[in-house]
Amino acid sequence: MKKLKISNSNLLLLITIVLFAVMYLGGCIVYADKGFTHLQTFLNILINNAGLLCVACGMTCVMLTGGIDISVGSLIAMDCMIMAVGIEEWGMKSQVLILLVLLIGLVFGLVQGICVAYLGIQPFITTMAGMFFARGMTAVINTQQVSIVSDAFFVKLSNTKIKLPFGSYVNSKGIEQIPYIRVTVIVALLVVAVTWFVLKYVRFGRSLYAVGGNQMSAELMGLNVKRTKLGAYIVSALLTSIGGICYCLNTMSGTVNQAVGLEMDAISSAVIGGTLLTGGVGNVIGSLFGVLINGTISTLVKSHGKLISSWSNIVTAILLCFFIILQAVFAKMKERKKS
Amino acid sequence: MKNRKKLTQMKLFLPIFSMLLVMAVNVVYDIACGNPPLSFFTITIKNEILYGRLVDVLNRGSEVAILAIGMTFVVSSSAGTDISVGSVMSLSGGLCCMLLAGYGVTNVSEYASPLWVGLLAGIAIACVCGLFNGFLVAYMNIQPMVATLILWSAGRAVGLLLCNSQIVYVRVKSFQIFGSYIGIFPTPILIAAICIAIAALVLKFTALGTYIQSVGINKKASRLAGFNSSKIILMCFVISGLCAGIAGLVATSRIYSADTNNIGLNMELDAILAVALGGNSLGGGKFSLAGSIIGAYTIQAITTTLYALGVSSAQAPVFKAIVVILIVVIQSQPVKAYFKKLSAGKQTAKGGAQV
Repeated sequence: MKKLKISNSNLLLLITIVLFAVMYLGGCIVYADKGFTHLQTFLNILINNAGLLCVACGMTCVMLTGGIDISVGSLIAMDCMIMAVGIEEWGMKSQVLILLVLLIGLVFGLVQGICVAYLGIQPFITTMAGMFFARGMTAVINTQQVSIVSDAFFVKLSNTKIKLPFGSYVNSKGIEQIPYIRVTVIVALLVVAVTWFVLKYVRFGRSLYAVGGNQMSAELMGLNVKRTKLGAYIVSALLTSIGGICYCLNTMSGTVNQAVGLEMDAISSAVIGGTLLTGGVGNVIGSLFGVLINGTISTLVKSHGKLISSWSNIVTAILLCFFIILQAVFAKMKERKKS
Repeated sequence: MKNRKKLTQMKLFLPIFSMLLVMAVNVVYDIACGNPPLSFFTITIKNEILYGRLVDVLNRGSEVAILAIGMTFVVSSSAGTDISVGSVMSLSGGLCCMLLAGYGVTNVSEYASPLWVGLLAGIAIACVCGLFNGFLVAYMNIQPMVATLILWSAGRAVGLLLCNSQIVYVRVKSFQIFGSYIGIFPTPILIAAICIAIAALVLKFTALGTYIQSVGINKKASRLAGFNSSKIILMCFVISGLCAGIAGLVATSRIYSADTNNIGLNMELDAILAVALGGNSLGGGKFSLAGSIIGAYTIQAITTTLYALGVSSAQAPVFKAIVVILIVVIQSQPVKAYFKKLSAGKQTAKGGAQV
């Protein structure tokens, strides 16, 4: 029985990876003249989605317990606004603000987690309230767009290009282009690696799977289900805050309408990556590929040039639909085998 | 003591109580500002239309009230929520305006196709969306929130596509009427009233309400009892889609344009909030339509009050969030158990004193 479950989730992961490869290769063939084949295009996907990658890791943890966190987009907007207003108007150091933002994420996750785990409120409703709250709070702090210019450390952090020792090419003007990544990419990849390790080898990560797989048996086994769930929401909010800082480094500004619909991207990335919405199955590597697929779709739409940007939403939704139905079919097959 | 307990356990206690609370805040605010204390309730006729804050609440609350009907059924039957209604509203409005104006045209003062075609198409596409959601939930056994997530994202995007990413204006009197006034009376109130009346009549004269409740309480048991559970859930989602379509057309007609990016934005949250505020359990089962409707208008009253207090539309969500959390925390099992224990403890203490 156990073997079948693993093979199913591996199959989902495999489909995701193959899909990404096919999409990217397709892009390379169709848009070869627009620089799709260069390494930098791929790195740009990583740079643009570094924030989303952190959020998707947190979302995976929450979804493993069978919950959902839709407050992430608003929380990122609030984080960015706090960073921007903190630097520009309150005159605070960016290092202090980063700590402050992480602390806020911790408290935010704690409150949501208590509501879900200890008060038994549906995750969707709790995080919906969190979403309202964070978005509204952003507007309370400031309703205008605030750009970050005056903190030297933060600006330097945002502008640092880390050049890669390989993959350089000479462009049409005869200048050598060296591919680069940003600091945010390293942070995001570190987050992915740590989350992967925790989920695979650490007690807390293993109990996330157990709680999501079967709450009753996890409880009978002696796991503290409530504390595990609380932990999942704290991790999600904390990783979202890290993602928020990455996002802020990318945009260098704070506005009320920042990161609208990011929760949808994070959820769809996790689902496309093979995380079951009912909990218990999934891993971070899948979510990484989910984010990459999301990024590839929007890059493809942008490369075409004439398509309206809502096409990328539609394609993502179709993919999401496909994977959700696939999951449902797998679940049905499993049930049939059981009986 | 006994009377108080009876009162607090009444089905409609929560929605009516919160409605009265909002009204009280308004009265206090008016007194503090030096206005006549009952200015919230006064209705006057200005510029040949009804005018007053109460009318405004009823008028602006129409869309949420219509959505709340469908949402109540969905919540009750499937123990989940339909989060696609806002996007479906935008889609149906977009399709309607696209048909009325012709594809790619952004500003017309004459119909490209008859009015009824646009309206019917708008409602039909919304029903199809409902059918899609319902199929995924009822026959594929996918969680409602997840199944509707697809259209939540795609609905608005398709709407944008139909309107070519532009705002399509339809400046024709007969189209504007659904969002404006018939004589002195605001049309949206009438439309909402008709929808509510139909829903109430259906619930009263057919067994539909009982079916929905029984499916919501136990899907398997209802199937064994001879109901087609899946079909009933499917129907609830179609009704929800239909309501979203009607609400979308009203919202579109109000601004006589298909502003696809903004129509119905966050409306699904208001609709879910209305159902929760109406004292309905979000875990499915028993429901009260009257509660949801009162809940919907209460939310609009809260919003209008906040605007009157000088809170900007971007900041208003903070208060909405606090209201939601308070309501659900009060309704949650541990808190209820705590209060029960508290009152039980008091009673035993009393009993001990008597002995």
